[in-house]
Amino acid sequence: MRSIVLKRLATAIPSLLGVIVVSFLLTRVLPGDTASYFAGPAATPEAIAEVRKQLGLDKGLPEQFARYAVDLVHGNLGNSLTTGQPVVTEIANRLPASGELTLLGLLIALSTAVPLGILAAVHEGSWIDHLCRVIVTTGVSLPVFFTGLLLVYIFYFQLGWSPAPLGRLDVFYTAPPQVTGFYLIDSLIARDFETFRAAFAQLILPAATLAIFSLAPLARITRGSMLAVMGSDIVRTARASGLTSKTVILTYGFRNAMLPVVTTLGMVFSFLLGANVLVEKVFAWPGIGSYAVEALIASDYAPVQGFVLAMAILYVALNLMIDLLYGVIDPRVRLEA
Amino acid sequence: MTALDTPAVEAAVPPATGLSATLRHARHVVTGNPITGFSFTLFILLLICALFGPFLVPYDPLATNTAVALKPPSLHHLMGTDQLGRDLLSRVIVATRLDMAVAIFSVALVFVLGGISGIAAGYFGGWTDRIVGRLSDTIMAFPLFVLAMGIVAALGNTVTNIIIATAIINYPLYVRIARAEANVRRNAGFVQAARLSGNGEIRILLTQILPNILPIMMVQMSLTMGYAILNAAGLSFIGLGVRPPTPEWGIMVAEGAAFIVSGEWWIALFPGLALMLAVFCFNLLGDGLRDIVDPQRRT
Amino acid sequence: MDRRTFIKSTGAAAAGAIAAPAVWSPARAQSRQETLLIVSESGPNNLDIHGVGTNVPGYEASWNCYDRLISHEMKTLENGVKYYDRDKFKPELAEDMSTGDMSVTFKLRKDATFQDGTPVTAKDVKWSLDRAVTVGGFPTFQMKAGSLEKPEQFVTVDDRTIRVDFIRKDRLTIPDLAVIVPCVVNSELVKKNATANDPWGLEYTKQNTAGSGAYRVAKWTPGTELIFERNDKWTCGPMPKVKRIIWRMVPSSGNRRALLERGDADISYDLPNKDFAELRSNGKLSIVSTPYSNGVQYLGMNVTKPPFDNPKVRQAVAYAIPYQKIMDAVLYGLANPMFGKPEGAPTEVKWPQPTSFVTDVAKAKQLMQEAGYANGFEVPLSFDLGFAVVNEPLCILVQESLAEIGIRTTINKIPGSNWRTELNKKEMPLYTNVFSGWLDYPEYFFFWCYHGSNSVFNTMSYKNPKMDELVEGARNAAATGDTPTYDKDVKGFVDLAFTDVPRIPLFQPYSNVAMQKNVSGYEYWFHRRLDYRALVKA
Repeated sequence: MRSIVLKRLATAIPSLLGVIVVSFLLTRVLPGDTASYFAGPAATPEAIAEVRKQLGLDKGLPEQFARYAVDLVHGNLGNSLTTGQPVVTEIANRLPASGELTLLGLLIALSTAVPLGILAAVHEGSWIDHLCRVIVTTGVSLPVFFTGLLLVYIFYFQLGWSPAPLGRLDVFYTAPPQVTGFYLIDSLIARDFETFRAAFAQLILPAATLAIFSLAPLARITRGSMLAVMGSDIVRTARASGLTSKTVILTYGFRNAMLPVVTTLGMVFSFLLGANVLVEKVFAWPGIGSYAVEALIASDYAPVQGFVLAMAILYVALNLMIDLLYGVIDPRVRLEA
Repeated sequence: MTALDTPAVEAAVPPATGLSATLRHARHVVTGNPITGFSFTLFILLLICALFGPFLVPYDPLATNTAVALKPPSLHHLMGTDQLGRDLLSRVIVATRLDMAVAIFSVALVFVLGGISGIAAGYFGGWTDRIVGRLSDTIMAFPLFVLAMGIVAALGNTVTNIIIATAIINYPLYVRIARAEANVRRNAGFVQAARLSGNGEIRILLTQILPNILPIMMVQMSLTMGYAILNAAGLSFIGLGVRPPTPEWGIMVAEGAAFIVSGEWWIALFPGLALMLAVFCFNLLGDGLRDIVDPQRRT
Repeated sequence: MDRRTFIKSTGAAAAGAIAAPAVWSPARAQSRQETLLIVSESGPNNLDIHGVGTNVPGYEASWNCYDRLISHEMKTLENGVKYYDRDKFKPELAEDMSTGDMSVTFKLRKDATFQDGTPVTAKDVKWSLDRAVTVGGFPTFQMKAGSLEKPEQFVTVDDRTIRVDFIRKDRLTIPDLAVIVPCVVNSELVKKNATANDPWGLEYTKQNTAGSGAYRVAKWTPGTELIFERNDKWTCGPMPKVKRIIWRMVPSSGNRRALLERGDADISYDLPNKDFAELRSNGKLSIVSTPYSNGVQYLGMNVTKPPFDNPKVRQAVAYAIPYQKIMDAVLYGLANPMFGKPEGAPTEVKWPQPTSFVTDVAKAKQLMQEAGYANGFEVPLSFDLGFAVVNEPLCILVQESLAEIGIRTTINKIPGSNWRTELNKKEMPLYTNVFSGWLDYPEYFFFWCYHGSNSVFNTMSYKNPKMDELVEGARNAAATGDTPTYDKDVKGFVDLAFTDVPRIPLFQPYSNVAMQKNVSGYEYWFHRRLDYRALVKA
């Protein structure tokens, strides 16, 4: 087990190094001059040059990279210019916000997409199958920011069912004492049900927006693997033994079809975590996605590099976890490894 | 998205199963599956708009007319007008060409880059495989949308750069598929036959492997075309889209979004609808193509 | 009861049923009454205006959390809006100000204390002013605008008395002591947190407010929210009414409008003009619109390079601008037109004032022909993406009109972060931009924007000895109180700016604020940020 983990980590190191180098180079070619931004609106060229020297931007790229690498080794990702804070603390503070949103989105997506996929597979080729396909494809065909704005317009502005799109909590609530950083869990730990309700209400719309976008891949894979399983020997045997079709579908079909779904889940999660930058922007969500977008637009190097690195590490960790999980669920894989 | 389209081993069929048979099967799929039929029709419609759009529209898509600014849909302006009184119907139709171009060119580019290097990786294995694999792993480890943003922000927001960025973020997907397919076939009977009759490796790659992988790649291309359009729209939303006043669906939706709350829903809705239909069409088309290419693996 | 309110009330009832410990709710309702919720697109990156690269939202934090020696009185405009009085000063930390020939002396209040309880002394004032003229960047630049350049100018006479020596006679020195920059900082507290590399403690004040002001920042989540608490021991003015201010960043303008319309947010000055115009006409909120003091949006041209080195071409452009269309379709009437002064109307001694240009394509074409550009030319037209709501439609309209006289433009969107860099380079041939000066004096505006010393705000690189002479003449006349010369010179430089047209004034923008009906007390300040001390929530 440990050797598998180490081997996987070893293969991940080159891509992480690649990410560090590429993100460094990419941010350096961004337009915008950090020094003249820092020097203020009325700076003279000399003042700008002075600031450039202070920030170490007058050095060549290799030297800048060396400094960056040294800082990185010490766990220092630099400071953001736009918010003025160290990138490490900001990412650490914002990651739970994005994580909570993405996980809930995934949960909603799963609980909708899996039944839809099963339904479509069971009624393969019928109008139900087509309808399911149209529904999930529509979801993935809408730009997420458009879906988000539409939901806000309908459920907040027109109907008033949803709270104001003001981030994680209504302004008059205070965040629960931090344990996990997930407000839903922390508020339950603190037994503060009112805050739980408030946090949950804020989460519904953005999570639903994400869910709508991620229905398609989950439903498709459920349907596909359901079809494969339903045509397999186990199911045929179960049918032949005279079990009810409900038992056959749920007990034999579904259970076996879940394996590919679980493995895609990790992929979908990391995809969503990166993709929710636009959702966060629409809902004023204080997550890492909106942080990165703002920074990129402002040519603010450090947060962009930090964000990319954090996401890359997350991606590697997630993949590792899935591989291990896969081994646990399906012993055949472990043997091969 | 990913993983789900990695084909299995059973596809190692020799090249020609007969063109007429494929066509017959295609007709069967199109007529037999109403949704695929619908998406094919839609695709034709989009193509017509893209090719002849500028000749079909009632107004100049760039001409402002502030006297009729922000008018709701009416007989004169079927989709209404925007803030500067430009006709939305004309803008939506004319935008088709640009959006389709972004989709098609980015997919073509990634097909060439990802497809070829993927095939080479799968066919030759060894160092080629390792280098291509590392490259694709590195791109995969990036948050893809932010990578696209970074590329466009760094290179400048032109159509070409949007196409390049979209191609780059789709690269790993194409590599993965092409690699898997080539790997399976590299010792197939027809490849060995070609090798024995004295063909060079490059020639085998291009004449034997590539044509065989094409159908599977086509499916993927159709699916990624939809993502390419969404991606361009997302870039527009954060201000990295094409130059104004060029009509483009994503930028129109993004600009119109600010008008939703004040009740001018049509500015965002119609371009959004066009965008959705196009992506929808490409997605369903991909599904349909899969049915044609690979009848056993319908998902 | 209509359907919507019904749905709302049932929703609330259902919510009430779930919310178990209901004891808390009345407290929240109470705090809602005492709290003002502000929404805007972006927030500060630094709480201290002396900091490196502090952005404009940061100025608002500084204004409300620190005191200055003096401030401005308020006057009431005809439309009932309270507007700062440029010419009348009132004491803030000082209780007395006596102006001599070459110095001004301030006596500090006896009861003024910093928020940590230590008294405000002349030593703190000197340290703060020294800091403003020394740290470099924007604060030092702004101090210089009022001839406040060296630490030696600030002299502590005794514990409660500070004297500011003039290095030259300058009408702007006293007004410059009432802007945001010369704020008084708790020197002992900051020095305690300073380091060898950072002798002015900028790192500390970036995150913490160390002033004597009416509010202090209680919590700051950068990019998300800022919470201000009232300083109940504030003595430099009447006790502010609002106990707590919450300032939330809401990036989507549609959402900001929705929040206001539904009554969730109390106040915002950050909406597109169209929304302000509509909110005003639907009457649910109170909207206050005030022209930017000393501010103009203009179309600038680089006069050092062809084709815009030719005044005829510049005039042709000025005659081709679709001024009225911009006023209607882009600004929704929320701006003062800066064009179409009637023929023969005299030039006034004020700024901004309209040019006599109107949209006249025939005349523009003729000028282009005279300039030798009958076939036109190609040129990029640039704008700051940060203000795309106005700039983008404006540029599209300008582009369309310029095409009529043969000038083919491509529109260049430049991200806000890069805008300043581009302006500094002074290479953009054609662009739109806004300039507004805190100090509301024509010669101040012209010195920065038209003078041959070629400051960064002279984005056109315009140099004309005649202009320099007039601007300097007006400055000297102002310092010595020579009104006739002053008036003549001001009229002179305005006329010259309008015949040479290195930049074409388009309009004087409005600063708009939307408030709930129960919020009152808004005051317009030269910095156009909110003064929390005056706001009242009924």
